[in-house]
Amino acid sequence: MDGLKRVIRTPLGVAALTMLVVVLGLAILAPWLLGAKAATIDTNNLLALPSSAHWVGTDSLGRDLLARTLVATRLSVVLALSATLVSVTLGLILGSAPALLGHRLGRLVTAIVNILVAFPGLLLCLFFAVIFGVGQVGAVFAIGLAGAPTFARLCHTLVAGVEERDYVAAARIAGGSRASVLVRHILPNIAEPMVVQATIGAGSCLLTFSGLSFLGLGVQQPAFDWGRLMNEGLNRIYLNPLAALAPGLFVIMAGLAFNLTGEAIARIFNVETSGSWLASGVVPSQPGVTASAHGIARSDKTVLSVNNLTVDFPGVTPVRGLSFDLHQGEALGIVGESGAGKTLTGLAIAQLIEPPGVVGGDVVFLGETLRSDGGEEQRKLLGTSMALVFQDPLSSFNPVRRVGEQLAEVSRVHQGMTRKVAWKRAVDRLRAVRISDPERRAEQHPHEFSGGMRQRAMIGMGLMASPTLLIADEPTTALDVTVQKQVLDLLDSIRTSEQVALILISHDLTLVGERCERIIVMYAGRVVEDLSADALPVAQHPYTRLLMEAVPTLATDLDQPLAVIPGAQPEPSIEITGCAFAPRCPLADDICRTSSPTLAPVASASGRTRNKRGLDITVQTTRMLLRLNLGGKSTPVHTGRVACWHANEPLPETSQLDDTSPSLPASTESTHDVDETVVTP
Amino acid sequence: MTTLPETSLGQEFLSAGARGWLRFALRRSGQLLVSLWVLVTASFAMIHLIPGDPVRAALGITASQELVETTRAQWGLNDPLPLQYWHFLQGVLTGHLGTSITSRLPVADVISTRLAATAELALAAFVLAVVIAVPIGVAVAVRTRRGRGRALDLGFAGTSIVLGTIPDFLVGVTLVSVFSVGLHWLPVGGRTGMSSAILPVVSLALGPAAVLARIVRVEMLSVLETDYVRTARAKRLSAARIYLGHALPNAVTASLTLGGLMLSGMVAGTVLVESVFAWPGLGSTIVSSILVKDYPMVQGVVLVYGCGVLLINTICDVALAILDPRSTVVR
Repeated sequence: MDGLKRVIRTPLGVAALTMLVVVLGLAILAPWLLGAKAATIDTNNLLALPSSAHWVGTDSLGRDLLARTLVATRLSVVLALSATLVSVTLGLILGSAPALLGHRLGRLVTAIVNILVAFPGLLLCLFFAVIFGVGQVGAVFAIGLAGAPTFARLCHTLVAGVEERDYVAAARIAGGSRASVLVRHILPNIAEPMVVQATIGAGSCLLTFSGLSFLGLGVQQPAFDWGRLMNEGLNRIYLNPLAALAPGLFVIMAGLAFNLTGEAIARIFNVETSGSWLASGVVPSQPGVTASAHGIARSDKTVLSVNNLTVDFPGVTPVRGLSFDLHQGEALGIVGESGAGKTLTGLAIAQLIEPPGVVGGDVVFLGETLRSDGGEEQRKLLGTSMALVFQDPLSSFNPVRRVGEQLAEVSRVHQGMTRKVAWKRAVDRLRAVRISDPERRAEQHPHEFSGGMRQRAMIGMGLMASPTLLIADEPTTALDVTVQKQVLDLLDSIRTSEQVALILISHDLTLVGERCERIIVMYAGRVVEDLSADALPVAQHPYTRLLMEAVPTLATDLDQPLAVIPGAQPEPSIEITGCAFAPRCPLADDICRTSSPTLAPVASASGRTRNKRGLDITVQTTRMLLRLNLGGKSTPVHTGRVACWHANEPLPETSQLDDTSPSLPASTESTHDVDETVVTP
Repeated sequence: MTTLPETSLGQEFLSAGARGWLRFALRRSGQLLVSLWVLVTASFAMIHLIPGDPVRAALGITASQELVETTRAQWGLNDPLPLQYWHFLQGVLTGHLGTSITSRLPVADVISTRLAATAELALAAFVLAVVIAVPIGVAVAVRTRRGRGRALDLGFAGTSIVLGTIPDFLVGVTLVSVFSVGLHWLPVGGRTGMSSAILPVVSLALGPAAVLARIVRVEMLSVLETDYVRTARAKRLSAARIYLGHALPNAVTASLTLGGLMLSGMVAGTVLVESVFAWPGLGSTIVSSILVKDYPMVQGVVLVYGCGVLLINTICDVALAILDPRSTVVR
C-alpha cells in the first residue's frame, strides 16, 4: 500500500505504528502465553507487593498482576473495536440518511444529530449504560451509541461535500437511484477521512471503556480489562500504587497508538502546504541589476529613495534589484502580472517582509534609512508618515473590533491622543473619505460596511496622522467597477490636496496609465521599463508594448478574440539565464537567451548607434509618420529606463499575436493558462 | 457576509446590528428550548426503555411482590403513558423529581446539596485550563511561526498529544499515588477545604489544557497570517499590541467553539474524577445510583448534567456573539 509506505516515512507514523503493532501483538499473543499464569491462584502470596517474582505484585487471590495486565489487552482492544464498529455503522447510517431520505426527513435527522453532538460522549454513555444495564455488552452498545453522533456529523458533512461534485450530479441525471448513487459514488469518496476518524475513534473508545470499567459499569468479574484492573487497584493505592498505575500505562499506550496512527494517516492525506507566504511565479536567475536611479527628474523634495532593493526567500529571489526615487506628491505606478514581485516590492519598502524573507538594498524614507528591525523612532515615523492600503478591504480590517477603534488606534499609539480625541479624529477622517453618517459608521464593525466603504475607511486610517507616502496595493481589484472609480478619485484628491506621494501597485496598465505620472513595469521580479505615463505610446520594451497593444480601444474589432500575450511568466523553480521575458518575446534572439540586459537610460533617437538588422531607420520613419497622423500632437518623449537588447525594434504585426503564431516560440510550449494581464478595458 | 447599501440604512427602525442580534437571540432560544425538550423527554423515556420491569430491577429479586406493586404505583408507572409524561413534565417544572430508592430522600434535595461541589470542580478546572493553555498556545505560536523553532514545535506537539490522550481519571490516580501516597502533601480524597480540591481540579484540567493549548496555537498561527494582522503591522503597533490586541481576540474567538465543547466535556469528566477522589458531588452520585439501579436518582442527575451542558453551550454562543458580531449572521 502506497499510503502505508508514506505513513512509515514520518517519525510520527513510525512511532504510532510501532505502538499499534505492540498493542495488537499483545492482544493476540498474551492470552495464549500468559493466560494460565494470569489465572493461577496462589493463596500463599495474596496481595503481594511488587517483587522480582511479581513485578507489579499480586491481587487478592494471589494472581500475578503483570500477567493479568498483559492478558487484559485482548479484551480491552476487542471491546474498544466493537464499540467503534457500532459507532461507525450507526454514524454512517445516520450521516448518509439525509442523502437517502430526501430534504425534509433528512433535515430532521441532521437536527437530531446536531442536538446529540452537543452533549459530551461520557454523558450519553452513562445514559445508555442505564438502559442497557451494567456489563460489558451493555457498555459496548452504550459507548457505541454515544460515539455515533460525532461520526454521523462527520459523515454528513463529507457526504454533503461530495454530493455537490459534478460526477455525482451526472450520476443522478443518468438515472441512478439515491441508494445506488450513495453506494457507488458517494461512500467510496468519503472512505479515507472516515477511516482516519474511525482509527482515532477506536482510541477514544478504548479510553472511555477503561473509564466505564474503572467506575464498575463496564466489564464485570471474573472477566477483566484494564479499567477493571485499575478499579481493583485503586482500593489498594496506599499499599501498591503500581497495581492501578500499570494497567493505566497500558491504557495510555493503547489509546495513543490508535490516536497517533489516525493523526499520522490524516497528515499524509492532507499534506500541509508550506511556503504559502510566497507569491506565486517567482523566478530565480542572475543577480539583480543595479542602476543609478535617475528617472524622471523632479525638482521637488524626494520622499522615498529605493536603491537596489531585493527580497530573498529561501531558494528564491522574488524581487531583484529595484531602484527609483519618488518625490512629494508624485504618483508612481508599479505594473506587472501576478508573481512579478509588485506586492513584495510594496511590502519591502514598508519594511513589512517577515522572516524567512530578507530585504536587501537601501530604502531611504524622508531621509531615514529604513531597517526591518527598526526601533521605536522608525515605528513612529512610519506609523505617522507612511500609509498602506491593501487589496482586500474586508480581510484587512480586524473583524472583531469597531472600525472607529481601529482608526483611532493609530493616533492613540503614535500621537499620544486620548481615547476620546482619537475617536473624534477617526470620525473626522471617515468624513474626509466621504463616508456618510461617520459618527454611526465609526461604531460599526467592518462586516457592516460595503466593500467600497471599507476601502475608503482603510484610506481614512492612513490619513489619521499626516502621511507623506501612500502605498496602495491593488486597492480596487476586489471592488465593483463603479466603486473602483470612487476609490481612485479619492486617492487622486488626497494626493493633490495633501501633496502625498503615491505608489499604486496594479496589474492593470490602463488604470496605472490614467492615474499615475510615472510607471515601473516589472517582469519576473525585475524592472524591465521605467517611463513616464505620457511615454506609454512610445514604450520601448517589447513586454510593455505588447501590454499596450493588448489594451482594447474603441477601434478594437470586438468580433475578434481580445489580444493576449501568449505564455506565462517563468516558474520560480526554473533557472533562467538571459532575459526572463525571452521565451515570450517575439524579438528574442541568442543574446537574449544567454545574457541578461541591464536597466539603462533610454538612448535618444538621434544618438542611436545600434543598427543590427538595419531596421532602426524604418522604425523611426514609421513612428514619425504615425505621429504626424495623430494631428500634430506633441510627440511624447521617453526619458526613462529600459532593460532590453532590442528596445524599440518593431514588433511583428498585431495579428500575429495569437497562440498559433509561429513567430512566438514560447506559445507552442506553454501549457499555462493565459495570465490576468489580459488588460481590462 | 452582508453588504449593506449606505443610504437605505438610516431610515430603518432598527440598525443592522440590532436586527442581527434580535434574530440571533430568537434562533438561539428556539434551539435551546428544543434541546431542553429533547433532554427532558429522553430522561423520561430512559426508564421505559430499560428492558424488563425497572421497578423489579431496582428493588432486586428478593423484594416482595407487594413492595414492587406499591413502588410501581408510587412512581406512577400504572398510569397511561401520556399522563405519566405530563406528570413528569410538571415535576421537572416544579422541581419535584421523585424520591431516591436507596436514601429515601427527595432527589431534588440530594441534587441541591451536591451540585455546588461538582460545579466548583468543573469551573475551577476550566479556569485553570484556560489560564495554562492560552498563554502557552500563544507563546508557542509566536515562537514557531513560519517554520521557526522546529524543536519547540515538535516537543510541544508531542507533549500536548500525550497529555491530551491521558484520561482524567488516570491523571487522578497518578497524582494521588505521587502527591498523597508518596509525598503525603495532599489529602487522598474527600472535600475538606482548598487542599483537597487541588488534585481533582488539576486532573480534570490537565488533558483539556493540553488540547486547548494546541487549538489556541493553531488558531493563533492562522490569525497571524491574516491581512488584518498585516494591517496592524502596517500601523506600526508594538508587538504586544499586535499579538494581544489584534491577534489574540480573534484566536480566542476561534477557539471558543471548541472551548465550549471542552468545558462541557469537563462537566462530564467530573463523573470519573469524583469517583477517584471520593468527591461528594453529582458525579459520584450518578455512578453509585446506576450501580444500585436507583432510577429516579439517575433521571434527576442526568437532567441536571444535561442542563449544565446546554447552559454552557448557550453561554459560549452568546460570548461568541459579543466578541465577534459576525457570528450572529446566519451561516
